[in-house]
Amino acid sequence: MDFPLIAVLAATLTIATPLVWAGLGAIINERAGILNLGIEGTMYAGAFVGFLTASASGSATLGLLAAIIAGALAGSLMGLLTVTLGVNQHVAGIGTTLLLIGACDFSNRILFSAGSQAVTAKFDRLFAGTGFFAQYPMTYLAFLVAAPALWWVLRSSGFGLRLRAVGENPEAADAAGIPVAGTRYTALVLGGALMGTGGAFLTLSLLGSFTLDIVSGRGWICIALIIFGRWKVWPVVAGALLFGFADALQLQLAITPQFGAVPNELLIAFPYLVVIGALAIWGRGVRYPGAYLVPYRRA
Amino acid sequence: MSFTESRPDEVSEAPRALGVPLAELVGITKSFGALRANDSIDLAVAPGEVHALLGENGAGKSTLTRILFGLSQPDSGEILIDGRLTRIASPADARAAGIGMVTQEFSLVGTMTVTENLMLAGVGLGRISRAAARSRVLEAAARLGVTIDADAVVETLSVGERQRVEIVKALFHNCRLLILDEPTAVLVPQDVEILFDSIRRLRADGLGVIFISHKLHEVVAIADRVSILRRGRIVASLPAAGLSPRRIAALMVGAEAIIPDLAEPTEASSDPALDALSTSIGLASSDLPDAATDAPARSSGPVPAPAQTAPAQPAPAQPALRMSKLTLAGPARALLDEVSLTVRSGEIVGIAGVSGNGQTELVNVLCGVTATTSGTVHVGDADITERTVTERLAAGLGRLTEDRRGSVALSLSVAQNLVLEDLNRFRRGPFLDRRRIRAHVADLIERFDIRADPNDPIRSLSGGNMQKVLLARAIDRKPRALVASQPTRGLDVGSCEYVYSQLRALKRAGTGVLLISEDLDELLGLADRIVVIFSGRLIGEVPAHTASRQELGLLMTGHVANPVPPDERAGVTA
Ligand SMILES: Nc1ncnc2c1ncn2[C@@H]1O[C@H](COP(=O)(O)OP(=O)(O)OP(=O)(O)O)[C@@H](O)[C@H]1O
Ligand SMILES: [Mg+2]
Repeated sequence: MDFPLIAVLAATLTIATPLVWAGLGAIINERAGILNLGIEGTMYAGAFVGFLTASASGSATLGLLAAIIAGALAGSLMGLLTVTLGVNQHVAGIGTTLLLIGACDFSNRILFSAGSQAVTAKFDRLFAGTGFFAQYPMTYLAFLVAAPALWWVLRSSGFGLRLRAVGENPEAADAAGIPVAGTRYTALVLGGALMGTGGAFLTLSLLGSFTLDIVSGRGWICIALIIFGRWKVWPVVAGALLFGFADALQLQLAITPQFGAVPNELLIAFPYLVVIGALAIWGRGVRYPGAYLVPYRRA
Repeated sequence: MSFTESRPDEVSEAPRALGVPLAELVGITKSFGALRANDSIDLAVAPGEVHALLGENGAGKSTLTRILFGLSQPDSGEILIDGRLTRIASPADARAAGIGMVTQEFSLVGTMTVTENLMLAGVGLGRISRAAARSRVLEAAARLGVTIDADAVVETLSVGERQRVEIVKALFHNCRLLILDEPTAVLVPQDVEILFDSIRRLRADGLGVIFISHKLHEVVAIADRVSILRRGRIVASLPAAGLSPRRIAALMVGAEAIIPDLAEPTEASSDPALDALSTSIGLASSDLPDAATDAPARSSGPVPAPAQTAPAQPAPAQPALRMSKLTLAGPARALLDEVSLTVRSGEIVGIAGVSGNGQTELVNVLCGVTATTSGTVHVGDADITERTVTERLAAGLGRLTEDRRGSVALSLSVAQNLVLEDLNRFRRGPFLDRRRIRAHVADLIERFDIRADPNDPIRSLSGGNMQKVLLARAIDRKPRALVASQPTRGLDVGSCEYVYSQLRALKRAGTGVLLISEDLDELLGLADRIVVIFSGRLIGEVPAHTASRQELGLLMTGHVANPVPPDERAGVTA
């Protein structure tokens, strides 16, 4: 059997792309001490708003911008709930996700009755026909710009230092004159923007249209990847690639005649099983940021 | 000497510093619920003045200084800097006004390096240069005459080392007013001297310093002016010149209670206030030419000095805690190197040493926080080397660890923390017997004079009160062996004496106590014999009644006259 390795590896990158975008956003959030379970809804909002704007304006770039703004707004909503109001982060996050998905589905039904799948302006692959390198611009940006940039920011910038301090020991950060609430808001807005970008990749690059349940748990996968990658950029990217590879492999096997006997459901579950397995092996005994889940209030 | 004059008078009689004060607090009031932590406090610090702030645990010292540093907002009152009304809403404002602070509980980010921690204050958003900051850190440390490893991750440092980092941090950003909230609580005498030298140097440059300490002899040594807080109010503010530790203690505790006995400290006294006093004075070493100082700390309590009266006990008591060849491998060298030591029932064995020489590791190994590389630990006859923390507690091990905040559940209440280790005792069927818990907690709070409500979250307690909670919890279980690490760190004079009397009572009841302390006077006063730890090894032992500070000081810095070969060490200590 000749196995299309290049095609699987190329698909790996494509599938990993939204996970990398949203995962980077989640790293920013969690390094600041906030578990953002609004990630799934934020990606969903990015996907929908991006699609909506692109189809209305005819410009994929405008769509992407709108998705980024939507993500940032979703992040500020999380900030309002968890930073300003001190709401339990699990509740705030799940609430945000339910709210955003509900709002998007509702608008979708009103605007596109009968579920007509409007095809929109979308990004095209660069270097078409070159096999492995035929990827969307957002894929190149994710791996070659966004991930190195965040890695640099966390390591070598004042903002990164502030972020880590706020997430580890907000009392110490406060005593050092770092605005704890401001830093957390900034983290949520930036992180939300990256999550929105990840969502928009699905509609504006991959599909060119919007379907219900388009994010289908990718946000939750990111939450697992963050723990797997111990809040570090490159391990999280590696985790995204692992998931991407498992999914690409599964898709390939589904169309490989020798595997015809394997139930499709099992194949679809395969990448998720890989993530669970990876978490069970490498996700144990991890050390969470010191102020994870804890709202900060000055005495 | 008379202490009967009303103290508020002394506030007005005290001459004002000339010129404009660097910082002036006017009418600062701060309440936590019904509790007035600060009650219209006035305080001024002049340039070049070291202003000591004294008071019992919970008197409101930290609260006041936290307000000045912008960590907390007063309910009412004003702050003037250089005579100008200044709003200090955050530490950034405070730093901009030239105020630096070392808080009582560390404010360092454990997962970051020393350099990164020092960079935090005032760091912008853009590119940072670790190399430049690193050399500035080393420079600042050198200027103060201390050495710190700029690349060490803070959580790997001992408490004493962290304290050093805190002090360097405060001075790293050029401040004009430095607030030090119990900076010496964990420092060994040598380091205190280094710190004082730095403070004197900075004072000569016109720096103002607010200095909080419970060690009265330190206050006498360094302060220009002394203000005393009691229950949120300033009860006295006077120049330090000519003040004796005894006089200060009298003002702190409330003179009324102690005047009668003060003139003639007697060993037979059973007045706790006097005990407190004489301890503090005993600790004050050379500046008081009377009986209390001539026999440092041995005259400090109602119980005669242990070492001298030890024969009263049946000769070789049972071993309570036995360490044999405990070794803990570290990345570079052994953190603990074949530590063998036996603590017998009814004996207090002191461990002296400069912080960072393996004390923390030893305590962690004994308490089951860290697994040993090799060697064994016995409590009584039970081998607890491989046991869990809970099993150790059940086997009769008690512990008081140096890191207070790490030993309590910060989000639980005082009551919950007090019974946390003994839940089985308060069980009724599958449930907890709340009534019995309440009664027990009320009893402990009363007996240990914990100034807090049972339902207060423990994180809101003053440092000293938090320590009392830990102490109550550990002592109340009547452990067979007690590992006490820095048990009086941050406690006021009266509370210190209380801890000492409790440890002595435990000893009489047959507990073997391993006392790890950086306070030599404490060791000399309490222990039967003192073992010195250096670089993870026990390098010498001296009976407490013949030990001198000089001898111990030399040993602590690794100068051994007759090094004991490792194999014989077990024999020496057994
Ligand atoms: N955030 C808070 N919430 C409730 N009560 C508090 C809070 N902070 C301090 N207190 C209370 O205020 C009082 C004064 O506390 P503070 O820490 O100022 O005492 P302190 O003089 O520094 O004592 P110590 O010598 O033990 O450090 C204490 O009774 C303490 O329990
Ligand atoms: Mg205090």
